[in-house]
Order: sequence, then C-alpha cells, then structure tokens
Amino acid sequence: MQKNPLVVVGAGQAGLQVCDSVRKGGYDGHLVLIGEESSLPYQRPPLSKKYLTGTVDEQRLTFRPVSFYEKNQIELRLNERIEALDCIKHNVIFAGGKTLNYEKLVLTTGSRVRPLRCDGADLPGVFYIRTLTDARALCQRLAKVDRVAVIGGGFIGLEAAAMARELQKTVVLFETTEHLMGRAVSAFLSDFYAELHREHGVELHLGCSVNRIRRQKNELVLETETGTEHRADILVVGIGVIPNVELAENAELECRDGILVDEYGRTSDPDIFSAGDCTMHYNGFLGREVRLESVQNAVDQAKIVAGNLFQKGASYTAVPWFWSDQYDAKLQIAGLGMSHDEFVVRGEVKEEGFSLFYFRKGILLGADSINRPADHMACRKILENRIDIRPSEAGDLNFDLRKRSKIAG
Amino acid sequence: MAKIVYVDVNGERHDCDVANGLSVMEGAIQNDIDGILAICGGSCACSTCHSYIDENWLERVGRPGDIEDDTLELAQDRQENSRLTCQIEVTDELDGLVVVVAQNDG
Repeated sequence: MQKNPLVVVGAGQAGLQVCDSVRKGGYDGHLVLIGEESSLPYQRPPLSKKYLTGTVDEQRLTFRPVSFYEKNQIELRLNERIEALDCIKHNVIFAGGKTLNYEKLVLTTGSRVRPLRCDGADLPGVFYIRTLTDARALCQRLAKVDRVAVIGGGFIGLEAAAMARELQKTVVLFETTEHLMGRAVSAFLSDFYAELHREHGVELHLGCSVNRIRRQKNELVLETETGTEHRADILVVGIGVIPNVELAENAELECRDGILVDEYGRTSDPDIFSAGDCTMHYNGFLGREVRLESVQNAVDQAKIVAGNLFQKGASYTAVPWFWSDQYDAKLQIAGLGMSHDEFVVRGEVKEEGFSLFYFRKGILLGADSINRPADHMACRKILENRIDIRPSEAGDLNFDLRKRSKIAG
Repeated sequence: MAKIVYVDVNGERHDCDVANGLSVMEGAIQNDIDGILAICGGSCACSTCHSYIDENWLERVGRPGDIEDDTLELAQDRQENSRLTCQIEVTDELDGLVVVVAQNDG
C-alpha cells in the first residue's frame, strides 16, 4: 500500500539534513521538502561574513546542487508557504488552501529576525541579515556607502561590523548591555572583543540604546537614550532571532520559547518531529532544555530526528559547538560555559590566539578558543567522552591537552 | 579550470571539471561526490571535507597550514596525506589531482 509522504517543512540547514540522513538511513518512500524562500537551500553563516564583501558568488552558498535532490528523490517545493497544520487529518495546509497528507511531519521552520522597535525602525536604509535576499540588498548598498551604524553587539552585528571595517567603512556600533556576545561568552571574552573591535577602528557604545531614528536629507540620524546623535548612511540591525513556532502553536503542539521536543526530536504529537533553531529541546549533554541557534544543532538534531522517525533511534547528546569569524580572530566555542564559577586562560591573551576553559564545581563546561582549533577540538572530545580534567591542567601550556582528549572515556 | 578526480567513499572514480578559485571541497559538492559533507561550509571548523591526497600530488598540493593541521585532529582516521579539502584552492597547477574521500560520518 502506498504510504503518504514524509513531509519536511522548512528548507534550511536542518530540513535538508533530515532529508539527507533519512535517505542515507534507507528510507525509500516519498519525501517532500517545503521551503518558503525561492532559492535552493543555502548556508546562512557566510551571509554576515565574507559574502558582505561582495566577493562570494551566490552559487557557492547553496548546500547542494539541483542534481542532489534529483538523485535522492527529494521533492523540493520552494517558494511555498505552509499556513497551518491539521494534526488530526495529518495535513499540511498551503497558503491558498491546498493540502498535503503526511505519514510523518518534521518541522524545521527555523527562526526569523527580531525586528527593531523604535521610531524610524522602518525607514529605508535599515538592513537585517537573515535571508539571502536580506544579505544581497545589504551587500549591494554597503559597496556604495561610507558610514555604517550597527545596532546589536551579538555575533551578527559584530561580524557585520568587522566586514564593514574590512571594506574601510566608518563603523559605529550600539549594544544595550555592557557585554558583546553576552548570551554566549564570558565577560572576560566580551571585554577582549570590545578592545579588538576598537583597535580595528569601530566606534563602540556599550550599555547604550538607540531610541529614535530619523532621515535627514540622505542620511540616517540615530538618537541614543542619552540624547547623543550619530549619523550614518545605513543601519544594520542584529538583535536576535525569534523561533518560528506559529505553525506548531496554532496546532496546539506544546511550545515554550520554541517547539518543545524530547531527546528524540519528538513533539507532543507522535507523528510530528522538529529540529534546529525552532526547537526548545532536551539535550543529554547539558541535562536540561535549551534552544540553540547554530549550524551544529541544526545538523545534529536533524540526524537524531531522521533516526527516530520510523524506529527507535539514538538520543540527542551532542556537545554544542559554534564559530564566529571577526577580523583575524577565529572564535570557536565548545560546550556551554556560561554557568561557570571559574575559568582558566590557556596561553597569552592576544589576538593571535588563546583559550578560556570554563568550569563549574571543578567540572569542565566548555571552552572559548581564538585561533586555537587544537584546544577547541580537544575540549569537544573531552566533553563528549566525559574525560576528567582539572582547571590547573587546562590552564597549563605544558600540559598535553591533546593527549588527554584521546583517552577513552 | 582543472580536472579533479574524486574517488568517493564507495570507491567510485569521478572526473570533474572544477573552476579555478573554488576549493576542492566545493568542487566535490557541486559534483555530488558522496562522502564530502562540509558541515561548516568551508570555514575550517569541522573535519567533514577530509580527504586523502594521492601521493603523486602531495608535494604540489602542499601541507596543511597551522589552523587546518589542528582542525584535522577531529578527522576520523587521519593519515600523512590527509587534507581538509575546503582549504585547497583549485588552480591550473592542480589539473589532474586525485583525492580519495575519507570516511566522514560527521
């Protein structure tokens, strides 16, 4: 009997990975991948990095060429938006009313940018970086202007600032908290990055909010809460993302700042799974629920979902990791070190490279490494295999970290 | 443009034309070579584009740089002739290069 298809809603990193993994796992049924963007599924990380310099051909951003979808019989439906789910009838409902019946459904709807909300936030000259369309518009404009303002001191804002400086633009950046990348790295590292950006010529305003934006002739005027004014040609906003949970919420699936899934990627509906940016998920490594915004999570969680769709598969225990390129400082984050009660420095604190290893009650939580991939990889392995390591060892350059990371857990 | 010969994880040989300036990894992706995953998109932050360089080409391709060398630590079954293909730029000089894709379960 012909079964209904496996339907994946959201054609980004996680959605594509589900399809790829499920085919590799031997699923030979009908497979449909639906996305609301019109481009072939593509990588987002370069959009806030090299792509902005205008030197990267868009084709290089696509994950896989069309032949990949044909070869693997993945029915790709682009430029199509799913408006609602009918969990009882097992239907996804397209804008316009058409329905598609599913055997199993995977929601990989990702996230969308948090919009700036202040007077003038809708003015022309304000750019976000999430989709290829966004990035393309910014890239074209960036090439023609001199002064760039950035609101948001997270990864997106900082990467954009670094790229703008590479293009010799004047850059001013506003961050409402005192700490750059404050959700992801320690205050120590935030301070290091603040200095790094200032050394590279960024005018940085920490603990500063922009209250109003207006257009004056051909420029934007940003007014801060303290009344100071700053002029720029364009504004780039990077103030976070919001998980796309609406489809799930409206279908009464359990959500909590993300579509709630267990360690197998299952939602509160037995035939619906979810993976990636849009999920609030239980992570076995962390021992708690978390919502992660990263390529690693999208990929690893999607693989777990693929393994659990039609049989009992592995649970999600992957060690989180992340990277960010700003100037010549290649930052790599292993684990989640934010709840540390102590940290040690491995190496000398300078742009050329060093690492911070974070501990809580003497147990390693994670590490932030700048230009030290060996430290980063060692940390990942140590975390994965639950290998013992002491703060004094992590902070001692004479201690063979690589050797320790190779011990069987 | 250079001809790059990819031997995929199934042992199948693929002769591909890859434009100069692309990485050997990108050439693999564009030609659907099985086994190259490139999870980090070529930022030298994972190891899933790991391949073995045919020994006749080792000298011409060169050795990994420091960062790549460290990142290769994460690769399964690293050998003397291991390289991360996202770090090898295709040029006319590499015309005929043979790479054997490693086991990259990712």
